[in-house]
Amino acid sequence: MSLKDFFQKLAGLPKSFREFLLRHGRPTTDRARSQTVMSNIFLHIHSNRIHRYTLKKTFTFGLGVVAAASFFILIVTGLILMIYYKPSVDLAYGSIKDINFIVSGGRFVRNVHRWATNIMIVSVLLHMARVFYTAAYKRARSFNWVLGMVLFILTLGLSFTGYLLPWDQLGYWAITIASNIAASPRELTDAVGITQFFDPGGMMKTLILGSQEIGQDALTRFFLLHTIALPLAMGLVLSAHIWRIRKDGGLARPDEIKAKDMEGIAEDDKTKCIFNNAPQKTYGLMCLVQGKSPAVGRGPENTIPSWPSLFIAEIALLVLTLGIVCVLAYFFNAPLKEIADATVPENPAKAPWYFLGLQELVSYSAFMGGVGIPTIALLGLLLIPFIDREEQSLGRWFDNRNGRIAARNSLLYASSVTIGLLIFTVKFGWLRNWYPDISQLIIILVNPGTVLVAFFVTWSIGCLRKYNSTRLSAIALFTCFIVSFIILTYFATYHRGPNWDFYWLKSQWPIH
Amino acid sequence: MSIPETFKNVEESSPMSRRDFLGLVAAWMAASSLGCALIGLMKFSMPALLPDIPKTFKIGRLEDYPIGSEKIFEERKVIVFRDQEGLYAMSLICTHLGCTVSKQVGQFDCPCHGSKFDAMGRVKAGPAPKPLSWLKISQLPDGKLDVNAMREVPMGTKFNIQNRVG
Ligand code: HEM
Ligand code: FES
Repeated sequence: MSLKDFFQKLAGLPKSFREFLLRHGRPTTDRARSQTVMSNIFLHIHSNRIHRYTLKKTFTFGLGVVAAASFFILIVTGLILMIYYKPSVDLAYGSIKDINFIVSGGRFVRNVHRWATNIMIVSVLLHMARVFYTAAYKRARSFNWVLGMVLFILTLGLSFTGYLLPWDQLGYWAITIASNIAASPRELTDAVGITQFFDPGGMMKTLILGSQEIGQDALTRFFLLHTIALPLAMGLVLSAHIWRIRKDGGLARPDEIKAKDMEGIAEDDKTKCIFNNAPQKTYGLMCLVQGKSPAVGRGPENTIPSWPSLFIAEIALLVLTLGIVCVLAYFFNAPLKEIADATVPENPAKAPWYFLGLQELVSYSAFMGGVGIPTIALLGLLLIPFIDREEQSLGRWFDNRNGRIAARNSLLYASSVTIGLLIFTVKFGWLRNWYPDISQLIIILVNPGTVLVAFFVTWSIGCLRKYNSTRLSAIALFTCFIVSFIILTYFATYHRGPNWDFYWLKSQWPIH
Repeated sequence: MSIPETFKNVEESSPMSRRDFLGLVAAWMAASSLGCALIGLMKFSMPALLPDIPKTFKIGRLEDYPIGSEKIFEERKVIVFRDQEGLYAMSLICTHLGCTVSKQVGQFDCPCHGSKFDAMGRVKAGPAPKPLSWLKISQLPDGKLDVNAMREVPMGTKFNIQNRVG
């Protein structure tokens, strides 16, 4: 090779590098766009054409993407925090303090990590509600709904295990309570007197803590789960979750889409003639894809290439999430209390906010509030797609007028029942206050938590009778649970103070 | 139209072939060893030794406790009382969800969800499902006493010298 050649190649480096990256040319034609997606293992988690309805903002509100974006932010900030964090009971608290007060940018990264957690939990909850209310869990999508449930549990598990790591009073006592909730089946086995022979509660607690109390073993286990086991599982299941969407024929959408539905959604500038050159890829496999896939071969109206519209929307949501999280992290610090002290309980000892609704129920019966009712709720959610198999049009909030009415009535019903019950218990107490010697078994069966569930189930059965529709009765039940979860969470966050007593305002808490 | 012999469902007409049988055995063996490995993993994560601080600790001699006195062992979350009938120890760990109760006049209060216990540890209010535990006191050969926080005794069991002799 002559020297001249060499310099030519050198000068051409940027160009050849670009060609090396974009093997199919710039994604300006439809064909190149499809190839961009198809030839990239990461991009091809999406199909290369999507229906325009997918991008309708008021349909998904981008909630799933926001959840995924926060997970991504959490991974990055979590890795950065691990540079200084030391998972040992003697060093953990100090290392968090170092991160907070000495490491440059440390507090900001820690705040971002904390705020992204909160955003992720909120968006996962809302995303689940969106999928439910748009009936997007039906038919083939039931599998993805179940994957979603796994993600939901992983999300809660991740935030729960992270709570202990700073080794401060907040985490220490929240985990004390939580680990004893794990042991609370003892309440039941004690009441029937078989704990000696069969103690699932004690076993669970020992398994979580690696000991009877919270010490180094618990910290090691929580660290392992929080930084390795659960994120890995989350990454795997999340990939499957997003890949399933294309296998189920894209996001759910109504059978009949009106022009009004599509207002303001990006259009394909080249829709008129999509495949002017024969596609290189054969689409024969499409028949294996369940559900309705974009029609191929004729210029399918209303589908557009994922590149760029979908990816731009996703990147925009990532940037939006990042922006919100950064602003929050700049202004509001993540909490850090005194170092964990086993002799002085926090008063009140509150779990992270998203568990406070349950903690309110736990303050009547540890077993029902902490194990029984969450299990019922999770099982209920898991079984929705298998019980409600009504054929219907998907992809519209609350389906139709009846659905809207059922949801609205359930909202009113559940809020009045929940608020009424809270007022009642604050004013008059519960069984133990009236009959101090009452058997624990009765309290396990009859406490505000079970009373609420009974009210909601009755209501939902009423809806089933009235409308003769499982979908509507599912809407009723789901709405009841969500509404009461929100009210209980609010109540326990703002109106419970020291000794779990009722206060109107935090400023009224006694000073001690 | 009758189906030619060769097209009939093999599984229906003939016993399982040796090849299929061996394959099935192999699959089941793999599955069951995987299952056993999983059980082993569960056992692996179940601590064989509890690494906690020792549950037995010394509390001095009987003479150190004049009648009517009480002493709190904060680290151990145990309170020791002395009355006419003898010495007794109670755990200060709330039976609801494990917060530490505080001693008030004639009763114990839990800060976490408001359980209240009377002087004997019986539940008076709140979500606690059981009374506070009474713990075993025993005397060592050198005359000192110790409390075993793992050993519960029935409510009302008090330690005194007759007790030891009898
Ligand atoms: C870590 C948590 C989760 C992440 C990151 C996530 C992510 C996503 C994303 C990005 C989508 C695309 C549509 C959209 O943005 O709304 C989606 C769809 C879906 N998700 Fe999730 N999700 C999570 C949890 C859940 C949960 C808890 C459920 C329900 C139990 C669920 C069920 C579904 C279903 C059924 C679809 C398909 C919806 C349709 O076809 O319209 N996901 N998810
Ligand atoms: S831990 Fe004592 S009342 Fe809940």
